[in-house]
Amino acid sequence: MTILEKVTALLGEGAVLEPSTDRVPRIAPGSPDAVALLLGTAHQEGWRVRIEGAGTWLQSDAPADLALTTRRLDRIPAIEPSDLTATAEAGIGLDQLRQQLADRGAWLGIDPPGLAGRTLGSVVSTATAGPLRHGFGPIKDHLLGVTFVTGDGRMVQSGGRVMKNVAGYDLTRLQAGGFGAFGVIVLVHLRLRTLPRADVTYVLEGAREDLTQVGEDIAGAGLTPAALELVSPALARRERWVLAVRLAGSPALVAADEAGLGAASGGGRFSPLRAEEAHAFWMRLAEGFSVRPVTFRIGGVPTASDELLDLLQHQLGDEWISASPAAGAIRWTGDTNIDRLQRLRRTLAGLEVPLTLERAPWPLRGAVGHFGAYREGVGPLVAGLRRTFDPGGALVVATEGS
Amino acid sequence: MTYAMDGLPTHRRVPDIVVLPGSREELIAVVRLLAALGVPFVPRGAGTGLSGGALADEGSVLLVLTRLNRILRIDRDNRLAVVEPGVVNAKLGAAARPAGLQYAPDPSSQSACTIGGNVAENAGGPHCLKYGVTANHILALEVLLADGSLAEIGSPGGESWGPDLVGVFVGSEGNFGIATRITVRLTPLPRAVRTLLADFTGLRTAGEAVSAIIAAGIVPAALEMMDQSCICAVEDSVYAAGYPRDAAAVLLVEIDGRNTDAVVAETEVVVDLLRKSGARSVRSAASEAERERLWQGRKKAFGAMGRLSRDLVVQDAVVPRSALPQVLETIATIAERYGLVVSNVFHAGDGNLHPNISFDATDPVLKKKVEAASAEIMQACIAAGGTITGEHGVGIDKLRYMPLIFDAESLGAMHAVRKVFDPDERVNPGKVVPVHACREWASANPGASPRGQPMARAS
Repeated sequence: MTILEKVTALLGEGAVLEPSTDRVPRIAPGSPDAVALLLGTAHQEGWRVRIEGAGTWLQSDAPADLALTTRRLDRIPAIEPSDLTATAEAGIGLDQLRQQLADRGAWLGIDPPGLAGRTLGSVVSTATAGPLRHGFGPIKDHLLGVTFVTGDGRMVQSGGRVMKNVAGYDLTRLQAGGFGAFGVIVLVHLRLRTLPRADVTYVLEGAREDLTQVGEDIAGAGLTPAALELVSPALARRERWVLAVRLAGSPALVAADEAGLGAASGGGRFSPLRAEEAHAFWMRLAEGFSVRPVTFRIGGVPTASDELLDLLQHQLGDEWISASPAAGAIRWTGDTNIDRLQRLRRTLAGLEVPLTLERAPWPLRGAVGHFGAYREGVGPLVAGLRRTFDPGGALVVATEGS
Repeated sequence: MTYAMDGLPTHRRVPDIVVLPGSREELIAVVRLLAALGVPFVPRGAGTGLSGGALADEGSVLLVLTRLNRILRIDRDNRLAVVEPGVVNAKLGAAARPAGLQYAPDPSSQSACTIGGNVAENAGGPHCLKYGVTANHILALEVLLADGSLAEIGSPGGESWGPDLVGVFVGSEGNFGIATRITVRLTPLPRAVRTLLADFTGLRTAGEAVSAIIAAGIVPAALEMMDQSCICAVEDSVYAAGYPRDAAAVLLVEIDGRNTDAVVAETEVVVDLLRKSGARSVRSAASEAERERLWQGRKKAFGAMGRLSRDLVVQDAVVPRSALPQVLETIATIAERYGLVVSNVFHAGDGNLHPNISFDATDPVLKKKVEAASAEIMQACIAAGGTITGEHGVGIDKLRYMPLIFDAESLGAMHAVRKVFDPDERVNPGKVVPVHACREWASANPGASPRGQPMARAS
């Protein structure tokens, strides 16, 4: 029997989708139990499995015997507006999730890069936060718990559905940003907020250095923006760099911050965007990071932001960059090669700045790895965790690179 | 005897040896010696924990870290501090204040508890509703593993070197090693603070007021509730804060922020919501002194309850916020059935309950009743969709409840992770995961050191 025949016998024809362009069979289990069954079998048979969501973020090109896509895990078992929690399966598209939350007056305070239909599981497993990280924290701060399936088909639950939880070790945080190396996330418990009653965006164009100063002034003035993002001209499709400020929350808070914004920027130089313009601006920014072949993020201390932006410009070019200077987070997208990326990672490691490769064609990410430059003592721990959660090495994930 | 207990009176274990290293280097040397001898050890901070998590069994060495108490750096521009594990929480806060910054997690024991202990327990506190728990404030750690090796996890910018090992380490209750150097995130001090005290004639209406505030999209800095038993205990003590004794419950609500206009406007909304939700009165602290008095009553409530009887069990559980009124009524029913005094003081905004049972631990019958009532309270919280601990940890006290919320596979996964960090299970043995309830994960590490080479197919 071929792998495809075995999987069809195991999960039924409904789980078999059109193969990907590299002819790797694509399997879409319809439930968490089916994911466990498939991975348990893959472990026993020695199959190599790559993990996919909707196929809109990470390239579907890792060498594997089959592709496991979560796209049929698209249910939302619970939305609890009064508790501000929700439980969703990993294959739900963010656009669908957002809409259903909005219908119940709830909001998930994340705006990850990528297309609107990117799956929740993809966002969580890669921990790709967007500009809202400035005001609402990284992806892990929005998680209450996850259920995941290990590489040998064990179903594990971590965390729960409540706001605080220290029962047992926090395996949720291992999965958030684990890139699937420690299992396939099938279910996510989310911390929500109420839908902001006021949500406005202001932009200011100028030289990067000037805008950086304005950003610092805003932070110093005590404003509390949801996002404070410095965007390169090419990414923003403007003539110059753009500093975008998003204010979201209660009307009282937003009104107070709007009043303070003019003062902090030296007298009302910011231009407000109409609601549809603001939506288009942030959407374009998010989608821009899924267009070019390579995307990575780096995280330094806020005072290093300028130096890091200079470094990126010098080593790779600065065409497509978005930075949240106060959060110390910078995301770059473009085209580069293995040597340049490895050199940059080494340089950054010397500055105590990690580089996480978010997406790239397999030849590059297989060589460079999502992670790669570990500090003292970290490599053996990561290797031990990989062996624990994927003892047969079924999951094809480029953690360290070759 | 000093080290035989923590803040929980129901567990008592006398360690064979207590060691108080005076420096990081001494600590490393001691741990390496213990590794060479194969001796288990238990890291301990100030011993203010409430789950029996820092007690050492016979045959274990207790490593007390309170002498490693230096604040190594406060970086105002990058809003971070680097500290040793024995630094007292409140002292870090005081050191950050001149830079206009704060260390936000504020457990009630903050005047004594240490940052290392906070990291081990993922400690919370009243102001975690807005600012997040300890895990949200730890950027990087230098970790001393059981075998005496060091690992640097996390980075000052908050991005991790690989998977989020800081997130995994925080809250591991000492089972994964000792945090020897801790980089914490500091946040700007609020420029405006308003503190409100609202009193209610029913616990249910007070719970409904909490839901109304959260539903309005306002995130107070703190949203704390105390029931009548707790109110009276506080008012009878030296911490009397002027809480109305005849109230069934009071809510202590704090709104803070960097913008005074916004804080004033949000406070007005909250006052309106409290009144509409049935508050009998809403009092606003008119001065910093009055604010401190209101907070002292809340933060010293556990101490005040010590007046009610010889011993006090401070319980900890979390339920969905909307379940608070129903669960509080269930707890009252349980208390009545067992004839126990249960006082509630808790983080209502998070749904984090602290039912406190006053009793005399020298009475074996009463002690059994307390254990049975505690178990029923935990079961009621789980049945409501909650969990067994929100900030105190599992330790040894809640080992028995872990199988109620995690299946054998999930417990087995936790045990397997512990063995990655500590293959011989020598650090703080017998805590957090009830090994007898785990499904075996031995095949996950087939006879190999968990700290070996990466798998060939890892990438």
